[in-house]
Amino acid sequence: MDGAQALIRTLDDLGIEYVFGYSGGAALPIFDALETVDSKIKFVLARHEQGATHMADGYARATGKPAVVLVTSGPGAGNTITGIMTAQMDSIPMIVVCGQQVTWMLGLDAFQEADIFGITIPIVKHNYLVRETNAIPRIAREAYHIATTGRPGPVLIDIPKNISQSPFNGDLDAPMDLPGYHPDESYIIDPEPVEQAALLINLAKKPVILAGHGAMISGAENELMELATKMNSPVTSTLLGKGVFPEDHPLSLGMLGMHGTAYANKAMVECDLIVNIGSRFDDRIIGQADKFGAQAKIIHIDIDPSEMNKMIRPDIEVIGDAKAVLKALNSQVEERTNESWIESMDGYKKKYPLAYKKQGGLRMQQVLDEIYELTNGDAIVTTDVGQHQMWAAQFYKNSKSYKWISSGGAGTMGFGFPSAIGAQFACPDQTVIAVCGDGGFQMTLCELATAVIHKLPIKILVLNNHYLGMVRQWQELFFDNRESGVDLEGNPDFVKLAEAYGAKGINIKRPADVGKKLEEALAYNDGPVLINAECIKADNVFPMIPAGAALEDMLTEPPKYKMEKPVGST
Amino acid sequence: MAHTIKTTDKKPTPKADIIGGHTLSMYVTNQPGVLMRICQVFARRAYNIDSVVVSQGRDPAFSRLTLGISGDPAGLDQIIKQCNKLIDVIHCSEHTSSEAVVRELALIKVKLDSTEKRTELLQIVEHFGGKTVDLTEVSMVVRIEGASDKVDAAIRLLVNYDIIETVRTGKVVMARGEQPT
Repeated sequence: MDGAQALIRTLDDLGIEYVFGYSGGAALPIFDALETVDSKIKFVLARHEQGATHMADGYARATGKPAVVLVTSGPGAGNTITGIMTAQMDSIPMIVVCGQQVTWMLGLDAFQEADIFGITIPIVKHNYLVRETNAIPRIAREAYHIATTGRPGPVLIDIPKNISQSPFNGDLDAPMDLPGYHPDESYIIDPEPVEQAALLINLAKKPVILAGHGAMISGAENELMELATKMNSPVTSTLLGKGVFPEDHPLSLGMLGMHGTAYANKAMVECDLIVNIGSRFDDRIIGQADKFGAQAKIIHIDIDPSEMNKMIRPDIEVIGDAKAVLKALNSQVEERTNESWIESMDGYKKKYPLAYKKQGGLRMQQVLDEIYELTNGDAIVTTDVGQHQMWAAQFYKNSKSYKWISSGGAGTMGFGFPSAIGAQFACPDQTVIAVCGDGGFQMTLCELATAVIHKLPIKILVLNNHYLGMVRQWQELFFDNRESGVDLEGNPDFVKLAEAYGAKGINIKRPADVGKKLEEALAYNDGPVLINAECIKADNVFPMIPAGAALEDMLTEPPKYKMEKPVGST
Repeated sequence: MAHTIKTTDKKPTPKADIIGGHTLSMYVTNQPGVLMRICQVFARRAYNIDSVVVSQGRDPAFSRLTLGISGDPAGLDQIIKQCNKLIDVIHCSEHTSSEAVVRELALIKVKLDSTEKRTELLQIVEHFGGKTVDLTEVSMVVRIEGASDKVDAAIRLLVNYDIIETVRTGKVVMARGEQPT
């Protein structure tokens, strides 16, 4: 057995189901081991390393389990950076294995040599440059452990070719050696802040629960429901928390933040208590930090101590796994009705519903609304980044965790389609819809080949407005409508493109056709189907809180005055 | 003896010679790349590392790091937490001089052009409990060791002479009493 074979055996032993990757010289021994080692691992050849990372990401977001990315050195490793950063920003477990030049050539500018260890330090949870063949199984186990426990994240293992192809004489079950890493402590909850939190909760008359991705990662859905029901508190979720609390529940306010619902943002402005469960108070949801929650007490529950006081100074900090914290908290929470508060929220829901004009051409909102109805809100939805993403978040309500897959922190265009491939591999029996913009889709469309050869029945919804719509919206609102670098003139005929790859293509041009064309796409299961929806070119997403502005400055409709350029954030 | 020393403030104190701000002590795994991870935490948050001392721990699998840093105090809490989050960091904490022993050592090379100057310099060195570690007809290297403010004070006086160069080790700290650092 060589080092590469020891690696594959360890990954198999860890339960890794999929390796997404792209081959190359420095990774040859590892690719060979995929053939020579008898394992349950399935390898998927992407068409670009970035695509491979997003596939692993989509797989993880649909299952909670990590997949492996396997690439070669230099440019192969370099192309994974956007995908690794995306995973790191959104706390997604992932193991990235890179081939590397032989150890004696490191630092000599050898062919396809890149210091990927150094390059990725700021965008990984942890990384390794393996210098000893016998250390491979231990490092692989550590990587898996680090990626999946505590606050999850990507771990990169850089393996020089001579290390992977040298004979392995070590112990396949060598124990981990991580003296500085103690994720088990996240389950030991300090009772004092929990008691204080319960006191604040029991005093609150206008509470709001803010449910984030951390609540989902910890599997706290039941505990969250129990808390919300006991408190009779409205629940809003972050973009990544969509589904952890059912969005069709009467207590749900949907998503908050820059393009969140008006009622969720109103709740944040008017409440007297914010119970943040596993959200990192991202700048997209807090707006102007010094005005956020100024009128409210704030309880912040997070597994990561560095999130405390990072953006917002809470009144009570509870550090630990969200589920463990809620288990300790719920028994101390008294049942409340908060009738007038709930009534005022219901009033806002009636006053500011999510709506769109039915006239004047095909709107993305209509397509998303109809596909939501046709799939009963039960599909796995992935998105790119931009207007379509925000409308999808608004109109595709999620009632379950792990069904909404979107690049939040990094805001990575090109994420939607390859992440759908990963999700479809993970969940072959579920409907997977990749909601893409025409801009984002073209960044990773080469993965059509991957989807076609594996006959993945992904519904690729290209919401095509021939624009980088979100940037155009900002130029319209803040830059006197001066368009710069946003016109996607030169878009291909997406239906012909799909057909060229061997996929099915469907055009939607008229609002009246949306339902039947979507039904046709949903009924097609012999492989990927691309639906090109020709939407109106210039439409704007509302509600909107201009970047860095306070939540009370939310716009629910196009402004009638010239707006200041945002300076508080990008 | 101190009264014989002339002090002038003709030459401004070179800022780079004065180490201020905060002192962090870290215990980390002894592996390549660990320092890189830590430095990135500081650089990203616009903290300047004024001094860094690294040495092997009593257990050679670990290293002890002492960092003198300066930057926006509001960001320090975040930096300590981010350092503690690194897998390779066993612990990271700040030390203030009241609860810890802080020491550093400086070597200062001064130009000599007269016997009178040499006598004065030797007086200063003696006052600060320093040592002359190299002496030629035209130059002298003195060693000053102690708390950072003492080293600062010595340098402030020596600035009146012709300093050729200064090398400081940077601070090392150890918690007082039984408390581990």
